[in-house]
Amino acid sequence: MSDAPPATADAESIAALSTGDLVPDEFPDTPPPPAPAARLFEVRPKPGVAESDEGELLEVSIGPHHPSTHGVFRMDVALDGERVRQLKPVFGYLHRNHEKLGESCSYLGSIPYTDRLDYFCSLTNNWAYVLSVEKLAGLAVPERAEYLRVIAAELTRVLNHLCLVGFLVHDMGAMGTPLMYAFREREKILDLFESLTGARMMCNYFRFGGCRCDLPPGWVEVAQRFVDGLPAFLDEFERLLNENEILLARTQGIGVLSPELAVNAGVTGPMLRASGVNYDLRKVDRYGLYDRFPFRVPLGDHGDTYDRYMIRILEMRESHKILTQALRDLPAGPVIDPKAKLRGFRPKAGEAYGRIEAPKGELGFYLISDGSPNPYRYRVRPPSFVNLTILEDMCLGHTLADAVVILGSVDIVMGEVDR
Amino acid sequence: MDEGLRSELSKQGVFTTTLQELYNWGRRSSVWPLNFGLACCAIEMIAASMSRWDIARFGAEVFRPSPRQADLMIVAGTVTKKMAPMVVRLYNQMPEPKYVIAMGACAISGGPFKQGYNVLKGIDRYLPVDLHIPGCPPKPEALLHGIMKLQEKIAAQPLTGDGRPRHLQADAPAEFPVPAYGPYDLTPAKNETLWRPAALERQNAA
Repeated sequence: MSDAPPATADAESIAALSTGDLVPDEFPDTPPPPAPAARLFEVRPKPGVAESDEGELLEVSIGPHHPSTHGVFRMDVALDGERVRQLKPVFGYLHRNHEKLGESCSYLGSIPYTDRLDYFCSLTNNWAYVLSVEKLAGLAVPERAEYLRVIAAELTRVLNHLCLVGFLVHDMGAMGTPLMYAFREREKILDLFESLTGARMMCNYFRFGGCRCDLPPGWVEVAQRFVDGLPAFLDEFERLLNENEILLARTQGIGVLSPELAVNAGVTGPMLRASGVNYDLRKVDRYGLYDRFPFRVPLGDHGDTYDRYMIRILEMRESHKILTQALRDLPAGPVIDPKAKLRGFRPKAGEAYGRIEAPKGELGFYLISDGSPNPYRYRVRPPSFVNLTILEDMCLGHTLADAVVILGSVDIVMGEVDR
Repeated sequence: MDEGLRSELSKQGVFTTTLQELYNWGRRSSVWPLNFGLACCAIEMIAASMSRWDIARFGAEVFRPSPRQADLMIVAGTVTKKMAPMVVRLYNQMPEPKYVIAMGACAISGGPFKQGYNVLKGIDRYLPVDLHIPGCPPKPEALLHGIMKLQEKIAAQPLTGDGRPRHLQADAPAEFPVPAYGPYDLTPAKNETLWRPAALERQNAA
């Protein structure tokens, strides 16, 4: 890692960081400049960066089809040897007009579309959307429905973090085994979702004012069995990975994100907490019933890729605590506000912003109603899109292979980034 | 070959086959898909290759990162108009014999995003799709069923005459035109030789 300047959270230093000052002037193993015939591209230096005599940069376009970019993500990288000198993310390969469709749909009809934003975590997407609609219309949610939402959201968090860790180590070359372990547990959670909502991935379960249906008989026992087995699985997973030499070498000190830059760039979620900033919307907003469950917010020390990996493991352990309490205390009662009107729902004119702590960060929906059956403006604040904006700052000066691992630790899902 | 004779011979330890059966048996038993995911359906495609569903039972677990080594393109997810040229180009780069599975509602018709201004309304406008797997997303069982159906299709392809696979037809197109973004939309909007929408038949026509 380069000697990063002591970062203060002012605009000047942020500007300095984003114009490539993180890159040392000379690399120890600079290869000789390629022969003139081998020159492919010559990139113009970024404004503010002095011309150097380090030879030509090689411009590589990674993606949109590349086995190591997650989904249809593309990054245009300028390489000096193997070192990343510039990195430009290119978005839009999965732009599915989510916001425009949301403005032409009824409020109820938008819920299935929110499933497909971040397709690992459909239930937390549902929650953020129905939360903003409930704020807009001032709907109350029964207690049992709030419990069901917490249970579903924490199961989703476990699922997302498991898959993230699996794909992260897959990017480092651990082909198969850890990902298979992760997907084995994921299938157990998906079975729970399927019996609860009828679908494995696209659950479409929350409604404004509650949840769509009550639990099927015996669901709590099955969920309890899974939750009880989770710590043993995490122990096994950590034994497999934590002290693995390759994992340590590939992640520690790689892609350091300073807390100042993270805060200034609007990074949220595990990425922010890995940099040591104590900010969890479950604690800050206390939406739902999260103030009833004592749980800790794990924080990282260094902000490197290893911390981002470890935060996910620790968050799964905290989710296990929440799940145990929620399944134990689940009250009886209705699951949806009987006064809630789903079809032909016309909230009064106004606006609302509902946000939750999705597994990837702050997921918010901003709705403006003009009193008609569909929102006048529908805006999504996706966490992985905002977290992706600092990818270049984390990757500069590292090798291309590290950039792939850093991208994996950011935890992006293109359905949410491009919408 | 006469089934009775074949059965009689097999009882005496003589295994008989035809060149066509042997050739198609080899082709259908190791269909290597392209490691290529577009959206939500790709996650179910990955799940199908994991331990619970185990696509390796059908010889299709070798997801190749390069189109040059792949036999099967599983179009798993929404094809946007920005992505469609890449999809067609990847297909053109695959060697024959090659097959296409349109997995999920989006790849078949645009699915829930069909009204969107940036979503291609079905990849069969540009590629010869062999199999459609409905669902949003299809479960891994559905993908496995699709692979089995594709294997049946490959096994039934004759080596000569009508219906032979494209790599045995001298005049079949080797490449399909790659669309480009024109002033308003993708041009061409469809491949006329491939895109044959079902005609509307009115039952009570006067």
